[in-house]
Amino acid sequence: MQIEKLASLFELLEGWEDRYRQIIDLGKKLEPLDEEHKTAANKVHGCTSQVWLICRQEEDGRLHFVADSDAHIVRGLIAIVLMIFSDRQPEEIIGLDPLPWFARLGLDQHLSPMRSNGLHAMVGRIKALAAAARG
Amino acid sequence: MTAATSLELDRIRADFPCLDQEVNGRPLVYLDNASSAQKPRQVIESMRQVYERDYANIHRGQHSLSMRATAAYEQVRGKVARFLGTTNESEIIFTSGTTAGINLVAQTWGRRNLRPGDEIVLSEMEHHSNIVPWQLIAEEKGAQIRVIPMDDRGQLDLEAFAELLGPRCRMVAVAQVSNSLGTINPVAEIIAMAHRAGARVLIDGAQAAPHLRVDVRALDCDFYVFSAHKTYGPTGTGALYGKMELLEAMPPWQGGGDMIDQVSFTRTTYNVPPMKFEAGTPNIAGVIGMGAALDWMRQIGLDAIAAHEHRLLERATAAISEIEGIRIIGTAEKKASVLGFWLEGAHPHDIGAILDQYGVAIRAGHHCAQPVMQHFGLPATARASFAVYNTEDEIATFIEALRKAREFFA
Repeated sequence: MQIEKLASLFELLEGWEDRYRQIIDLGKKLEPLDEEHKTAANKVHGCTSQVWLICRQEEDGRLHFVADSDAHIVRGLIAIVLMIFSDRQPEEIIGLDPLPWFARLGLDQHLSPMRSNGLHAMVGRIKALAAAARG
Repeated sequence: MTAATSLELDRIRADFPCLDQEVNGRPLVYLDNASSAQKPRQVIESMRQVYERDYANIHRGQHSLSMRATAAYEQVRGKVARFLGTTNESEIIFTSGTTAGINLVAQTWGRRNLRPGDEIVLSEMEHHSNIVPWQLIAEEKGAQIRVIPMDDRGQLDLEAFAELLGPRCRMVAVAQVSNSLGTINPVAEIIAMAHRAGARVLIDGAQAAPHLRVDVRALDCDFYVFSAHKTYGPTGTGALYGKMELLEAMPPWQGGGDMIDQVSFTRTTYNVPPMKFEAGTPNIAGVIGMGAALDWMRQIGLDAIAAHEHRLLERATAAISEIEGIRIIGTAEKKASVLGFWLEGAHPHDIGAILDQYGVAIRAGHHCAQPVMQHFGLPATARASFAVYNTEDEIATFIEALRKAREFFA
């Protein structure tokens, strides 16, 4: 799903239950990350739950990210982060600010470094990987 | 059980301004007390009084404000001494909390007494604060860490402990109450066994002090540490009890003001305990707030607090056991105020997030006790922990929210 479409959908939802259900649902549809990739090196720190992230560069230079978490809500939030960042050029990724999207979804508090869900750290890792891919 | 009557509970709750609020549109149900307790207005007022009327640096001033601040501060030493069961106020060292107390003992007693090949015995259920300070000094001194194992209910294996008490064992450091499991450890027996083997004993009382009557003389422990912020006091304060003969023989830890006798560039001599271990301007208002917190607890009654919390724990344990897919982590015969659990199909982080929407505050994570998580093969647990101001209605709200969370992830 496109992030634009998700934002329109979220505007129709009332109450936290529906939003959380939607988030959990997004998590269930997340592209699976093979168990072999759930290593210490791929782990994003700063999370109450465990979060792993990998990326591969396509021939056209775009970065494709795959990530997973052992917590449902975090997995859903990861899906949203990846909608924003995945399959874009490194340069584009480095310049992207996910906060306006999260604000529009009413989830901006989840991006705070104060939250222990690791999303803030995950965005940092995505940008670091993009910087490394740009060379 | 006087504190358990609803009338008194209303009065107790009225003392805690922070409890009177809504979170996400629901009345706050605060069940993260093992992490930190809320503060009664008496504590807040005592600190306000210091800053508004009686504030100055302590111990050195000849002026009235300094003398008032010093008197209020030093009075707390007696309160802590009575709270812990010693009559010698000089055996009470003010610290910034449990972690600082353990580090102080490891860095002073440990540095003076540990030799290569010596052994320090800890337990499998220790908080990281009672593991890492010992690992640091052990590494420096070439000492070894030994670990008392626990069973799957979260109870220490005392037979295995007896076998760990070899001739090289110098220190046994265990929690009186486990922060992740709630187990009340048989510390009197542990202390007696350790002493028979010639080892010293430090008791981590961070989780015990808010819930149990402590008596360091009856226990005969060598060191006891706790934090004020879990006993309804302010953050950044706590105390270390140590037997006087040990404190006298220990070198100072941090150098600075107040801890010296005479200073010259050729030779500096040190003050006597407790001053020897209290370098620099301390947390004056915080210590005074800690005194107010201990007064508040004494006024409610330590036994009444324990009885009320025990009833809440029993009620919550019975109710949570009826939820399908719940596994209680920590089912020791003797427990205090901590209910750790795992809900099949949901990560503790998920549970914590959903419960927050219902205004219920619990803790999700490894609780700074990763060896405990490893024992149970879990990445984390959810933990509800109870304090004197919690009610049976709140337990019902918590259980109801947990049932909703379960439906959410079904």
